[in-house]
Amino acid sequence: MAAVNFVTTILWLRAPGMSLFRMPVFVWTVLSAQLLQLVFLPSLTGAAIMLFCDLTLGTNFFNEQGDPVLYQHLFWFYSHPTVYVWALPAFGVFSEVIPAFSRNPLFGYRSVALASFGIAVLSSFVWVHHLFASGTPEWMRMLFMFSTELIAVPTGIKVFAWTATVWKSKLHLETPMLFALGGVVMFLFGGITGVMLGAVPFDLHVNNTHFVVGHFHYLVFNTITMAIFAGIYFWFPKMTGRMYAEGWGKIHFWLTFLGANLTFFPMFPLGLQGMVRRVSSYAPEYAGWNVIASLGGFLLGVSTLPFIANMVVSWLQGSKASDNPWHATGLEWCTSSPPPQDNFEETPQVDTPPLQLRHTQDVLAHNRAIVSFLKAVKTDRKNAIFRG
Amino acid sequence: MQGTTTDEYQTNSPQEVEAAAEHEEHEDYRMFGVVLFLIAESFIFLGMFVAFVIYRSVVPVWPPEGTPELELLLPGINTIILVSSSFVMHRGQSAIKNNDTSGLRVWFAITAVMGAIFLAGQLYEYSNLEFGLTTNLFTSSFFVLTGFHGLHVTVGLLLIFFVLIRSQQPGHYSSESYFGVEASELYWHFVDVVWVILFGLVYLL
Repeated sequence: MAAVNFVTTILWLRAPGMSLFRMPVFVWTVLSAQLLQLVFLPSLTGAAIMLFCDLTLGTNFFNEQGDPVLYQHLFWFYSHPTVYVWALPAFGVFSEVIPAFSRNPLFGYRSVALASFGIAVLSSFVWVHHLFASGTPEWMRMLFMFSTELIAVPTGIKVFAWTATVWKSKLHLETPMLFALGGVVMFLFGGITGVMLGAVPFDLHVNNTHFVVGHFHYLVFNTITMAIFAGIYFWFPKMTGRMYAEGWGKIHFWLTFLGANLTFFPMFPLGLQGMVRRVSSYAPEYAGWNVIASLGGFLLGVSTLPFIANMVVSWLQGSKASDNPWHATGLEWCTSSPPPQDNFEETPQVDTPPLQLRHTQDVLAHNRAIVSFLKAVKTDRKNAIFRG
Repeated sequence: MQGTTTDEYQTNSPQEVEAAAEHEEHEDYRMFGVVLFLIAESFIFLGMFVAFVIYRSVVPVWPPEGTPELELLLPGINTIILVSSSFVMHRGQSAIKNNDTSGLRVWFAITAVMGAIFLAGQLYEYSNLEFGLTTNLFTSSFFVLTGFHGLHVTVGLLLIFFVLIRSQQPGHYSSESYFGVEASELYWHFVDVVWVILFGLVYLL
């Protein structure tokens, strides 16, 4: 139902002048994610109905008469795209926060918007990579290895765009930006291990070990949860009309960043050493990394305390927030904090490309910086040639 | 959801009156939402159909040995009834487009009766089958597919009843506002199309 609502609203009820390629990237990612949800969740419903009938009514779909692997297929046909239902809005948050705090328009807006859509489409054809070890035929493994590795292309475009946005800009390292940058850095780990796992031989080697667990957590906690924190801090002034305490936000960030890496990084070496997942105890030789992970886990737990306290106290008695405390360019920053009922006093007219509503000066300066850098490189090369 | 969406703003408290007045009017996109919902719904059936086709192609003897032949006469008649009910129902929508509420009521009532006959026919078929849910893979698929479809027919019937009840209020449906009629009709056509595919897969193939 929510998916129906989101898709209909985004496609039909945009502000006048808000063409598809003027939408914020966050909206693009939500659209892509909700389309996935709309199409793939029902296949899990179908599988769940069949499983329910097997378990309670004694039907034969997934027992020895039927096909247990078919359940895995139906399950992952939904559950792989669902990973992107979480991840895409996280990428959307990065694409909003990073331009705002580097005072730059997002680099390659159109490519990033289309990459979101590309990820959604590609993610429909990769589910078998969860079944490499389920006796899948060789041709199927090869096919899905190929499609899985393709995902690296649109995600690579995004990481490149974020990096290029930050490059040579005036960085403002407030809490949302810290979380966004931390999230992107850790996303690199999650993404690269994903490319490793997508390769069939490597996957079969580390199948069912902590390596997979580490990859999963680097994405779901260290990327997606970081993006959620970034989003909460970013839009907190807009939602509540009050500022959060910046110092406590930074403490929260550093505790989380440290805790997350301490907890989840040890899983990679542990997995490579062969420690399997879903166990209650482990062999003594794995103790070293496990102790670090446990300590990290406690640190991570503690790290949420300043967050909760900050949110509650700031909401009640934080200082008043201005309409646009971050000098961000999204439409939501043109209205008051918190927004009035129906969000805008008057329906806004959109007649500029995304992320360029304001500070054209900064944009021009940034472009000049890039051009002069490129010129410098060119002269360097020329000089080098002359000297050579 | 379709049956219960507010067709107009129910305004009670002063705040709500104000909110409704402030709320900018925009075109009605509820039918688009219904279409999205039905697309999602069709993927449940698609998942089950794909599972059925895979079983068919993987299991060496299909249907598995010892499965009694399915009788085709009754489900055949049922199919004709269900398919023609879609046309009957469409007359109801044509009627309301001409502001003819009584026409809408008559055609929708006939559709409801035809739907009920379909369900009764299916229950009769179930009661006369020589196999049960758990006999083998084919019978499991048979009951779950037809049963899940039957559930959808039941929901469709409920939607028709909602429309019939609501149409008693004078002016609830008119040639300008007939979302409930349109949505329930689209749902019914959807259920109909699913049945045709299901019939082809389970009974004829």
